[in-house]
Amino acid sequence: MSEAPLVSIENLTISLPGNDGGRLFPVRDVSLSIGAGEIVGLAGESGSGKTITALSLLGLLPPGGRMSGHIRFGGQDLLTLPPRAIADVRGRDIAMVFQDPMTALHPMLSIEKQLTEHLRHHRGIDARAARTRAIELLELVRIPDAARALKRYPHQFSGGMRQRIAIAIALCCEPQLLIADEPTTALDVTVQAGILRLLQQLRGELGLSVLLITHDMGVMSALSDRVVIMYAGRVVETGTRTDVLQHPRHPYTHSLLGALPHEHGDDMLLQPMRGTPPSIGALPPGCPFHPRCDWAEARCRDIEPGLHAVEPNRAIACVVDPLVGVPA
Amino acid sequence: MQQPIKRAWYALPSLVRFILRRLAIGVLLCVGVTLVSFTLTQIVPGDPVAASLGDQASSDPETVAAFRQRFGLDKPLPEQYLIYVTNLAQGNFGESLQTRRPVADDLAKYMSATIELSLVAMTFAMLAGVALGIIAAVNRDRWPDQVIRVISLAGVSVPTFWLSLVCLYVFFFQLGWSPGVGRLSPGAAAPMNLTGLYTVDALLTGNWKTLGSALAHLALPAMVLAIYTIGAITRFTRAAMLDAFQQDYVRAARAKGMPERTVVMRHVLRPALASIITVSGMAFGRMLGGAVLVESVFSWPGLGEYAYRSALALDLRAIMGVSLVIAAVYILVNLLVDILYAIVDPRIRLS
Amino acid sequence: MTIAAPATVNPHRPTGKLRSAWLQPLGLVGATLLLIMIMAALLAPWVVPYEPNAQAFGRFLAPNATNWFGTDQLGRDIFSRVVHGARVSMPYALQLVVMAAVIGTVAGAIAGYFGGWIDGVIMRAADLVMAFPDIILAMAVVAALGPNLFNAVLAVVVVSWPIYARVVRSLILTLRDEPYVQSSRLLGASSGRALWKDIRPNVAGPVVVLAALEYGHAVLILSGLSFLGLGAQPPTAEWGSMVSEGAKYFDKWWMSAFPGLAILVVVLAANFLGDTLRDAFDPKSAKAFR
Repeated sequence: MSEAPLVSIENLTISLPGNDGGRLFPVRDVSLSIGAGEIVGLAGESGSGKTITALSLLGLLPPGGRMSGHIRFGGQDLLTLPPRAIADVRGRDIAMVFQDPMTALHPMLSIEKQLTEHLRHHRGIDARAARTRAIELLELVRIPDAARALKRYPHQFSGGMRQRIAIAIALCCEPQLLIADEPTTALDVTVQAGILRLLQQLRGELGLSVLLITHDMGVMSALSDRVVIMYAGRVVETGTRTDVLQHPRHPYTHSLLGALPHEHGDDMLLQPMRGTPPSIGALPPGCPFHPRCDWAEARCRDIEPGLHAVEPNRAIACVVDPLVGVPA
Repeated sequence: MQQPIKRAWYALPSLVRFILRRLAIGVLLCVGVTLVSFTLTQIVPGDPVAASLGDQASSDPETVAAFRQRFGLDKPLPEQYLIYVTNLAQGNFGESLQTRRPVADDLAKYMSATIELSLVAMTFAMLAGVALGIIAAVNRDRWPDQVIRVISLAGVSVPTFWLSLVCLYVFFFQLGWSPGVGRLSPGAAAPMNLTGLYTVDALLTGNWKTLGSALAHLALPAMVLAIYTIGAITRFTRAAMLDAFQQDYVRAARAKGMPERTVVMRHVLRPALASIITVSGMAFGRMLGGAVLVESVFSWPGLGEYAYRSALALDLRAIMGVSLVIAAVYILVNLLVDILYAIVDPRIRLS
Repeated sequence: MTIAAPATVNPHRPTGKLRSAWLQPLGLVGATLLLIMIMAALLAPWVVPYEPNAQAFGRFLAPNATNWFGTDQLGRDIFSRVVHGARVSMPYALQLVVMAAVIGTVAGAIAGYFGGWIDGVIMRAADLVMAFPDIILAMAVVAALGPNLFNAVLAVVVVSWPIYARVVRSLILTLRDEPYVQSSRLLGASSGRALWKDIRPNVAGPVVVLAALEYGHAVLILSGLSFLGLGAQPPTAEWGSMVSEGAKYFDKWWMSAFPGLAILVVVLAANFLGDTLRDAFDPKSAKAFR
């Protein structure tokens, strides 16, 4: 990437208050950047720190959360902005679509209200102008009969339609970055494809940058340009989609992909991953993945590997690096 | 249901269906209430004639015979119940032992004072309770929340009759801020009877002196009566708000960059209010019960005070009349509240 | 093609200890006060300075070194009477709460477990009696059966059980479908046995919490009835009727102030304790109205 990226997260560490008065670190020393018009996939199991990384971009940590590092966006560092200024960025420059459209839309506010309230707040435009814009957006996300849809309420739409509406809400203020947190997980498989296609089209039509958070490697491969894999609060592998998904170099990425059902001749092979992800309060020493790793060596118990470049545009956090040249 | 009826039923708008269903439940509840009160009058030990007519009247055989025939006491129980309900439906609650007047007339006379008192108290309780609940929820676990928690627990813990006395002692006897007991000062004439609510009637007739006196007399008992409900609504509002705060849609509203004030007042309070409305009906019922104690201390000529005097005179018909009326009001208020809820919540209104 | 269920990150979920840290003082205060009042009830004859009904002093003495809470219109020591009052309201309220809790729990369990028309009948009956204001129904029963505290307790039980029935029913409805309950039924446990063995432990906690919260209410109602002259009868040293006597001598504030405070202390203590317990065991039921 020659030009400056749209967003660049540098050495982000997030801490939350723990139950015993100490602090937990759900995200540690994470760096990632998203270029203009780029779709970056952020993957990992539950508890790997994906969602909280995304929420940090909006300044929406849980109560008591603290951040260090830098989040550079539009020439400023979001971490140094006063809360009021971050609230202005939220929804206007960076917008978010949540996982479950059944719960993320307000059940008692009309679609129009939900589409226009932040538009009017951020832009200060009148109700009529906001309505025109809202109709445009509903048409953009392919909601039929947009003018009538405005008067309706979320429960009157199907899950897929609701997610389209949620996307329209996110796009209202023409944000530069869209964070999509598991946008298809709660939907039926048949509906998922439509939403993915929509996101793809929107990127093309609007030149939108997307941070796509998912634990679904299928969604990841359908949409993203670049892929960032997280484990236990840290980035363990980054690279282009083709590189990472076809030739994973970190053992964790390898087992993530291995846990996918894929066809081998007549058989469906499925290798479930061993063990469960560690809790952030009780990480094993050394590489946090070593207890579940097939290639772990003695030194993995002692050294927590840093992220280092192994090819152009490719970095992993593994001292063993056993997978050079091994296909997925 | 038969097919055509079923089809016609589902052809109705959902809101109408909802209201009709609630109405049916309300009617059923009313029937149930009369069953309970009928049972109660049956389990009274001793001669119901004597209990209802009093010693003097029951010594007169002619009156007793007329009474027996009128209430069908010689007939089987189901038939007696039917007669009982028919009498009630005609507004015939029997005669009060104490006032020697038909209970229905007494009820009509005392009802408006109770309604005025409890409406003012309820309004006050809703405003204060919801406001305190919001402050507590927004400041969850910080000092305002803790202070409000203690206040609201104290509100549901203080004995109303005692608080009434304490307030009278302090604000009337010691400080002289309150004009004391009753609905009006001796100098003020009761306003023309339009609604029975002195404040409203005085306002409508432009009787300023009476209006001032009525308001001054209303303030203290209404506040005391509201205390328990304030505590209850505060705690309920806090719980409902915290519940709403945890919803995804609130996080989504924050992610849109909405100011926290708007998030609280629009996205959190609105769903919370819907459930607060539903409990306010129950709270109103409780308040009518609590009015007995407040009215008896403040000599407020309402249903509660009437029930109190009747109870002391062991005047069962009068008390049953009061509890039937209050139960009916309770059912009616809850019916209205349910309908209001359906109108507020689009998920019921448009489905 | 999913790997694991996604985490539901809830940014507002409180951390348990953070919450209970400031709650504990309140619960502690409640427990201590309640303990003191229970001790007062148990030990009253031994700890009070004077006989509660002895007319041993001047009438209407304001609080002083001998009569800490003053004396009443018959020259009785109010402090001794207030301490003895703990022996009346508190055990009757306990009786009321236990009866209502047992009846309500059984009714709720039956309604929730068997469902269908049984559920319908029980829950409609619950709705029905809740329409009656408890204190007025109690007044009616007392007027019919004669003024005495036990009759009042019976009357209030009639309108108090529904709240337990509702809570227990909703608990059972969620528990009934739990795998371990299902499996024990499949293994041939009878429904009664399933209710007792698998469900009881999960219902007991919330019922106890609810009972603690209702206890204060029971004390309020019973003392209110006595205040109206429909509960305990003179010369019983009962808090509500003492307040009522004091009300006749309006300027002798101590006559009603101290017995009223005793009611407030017991009810407040029970509510402090109940509220803390609820937060610890069963935060959801905070949404049940009362």
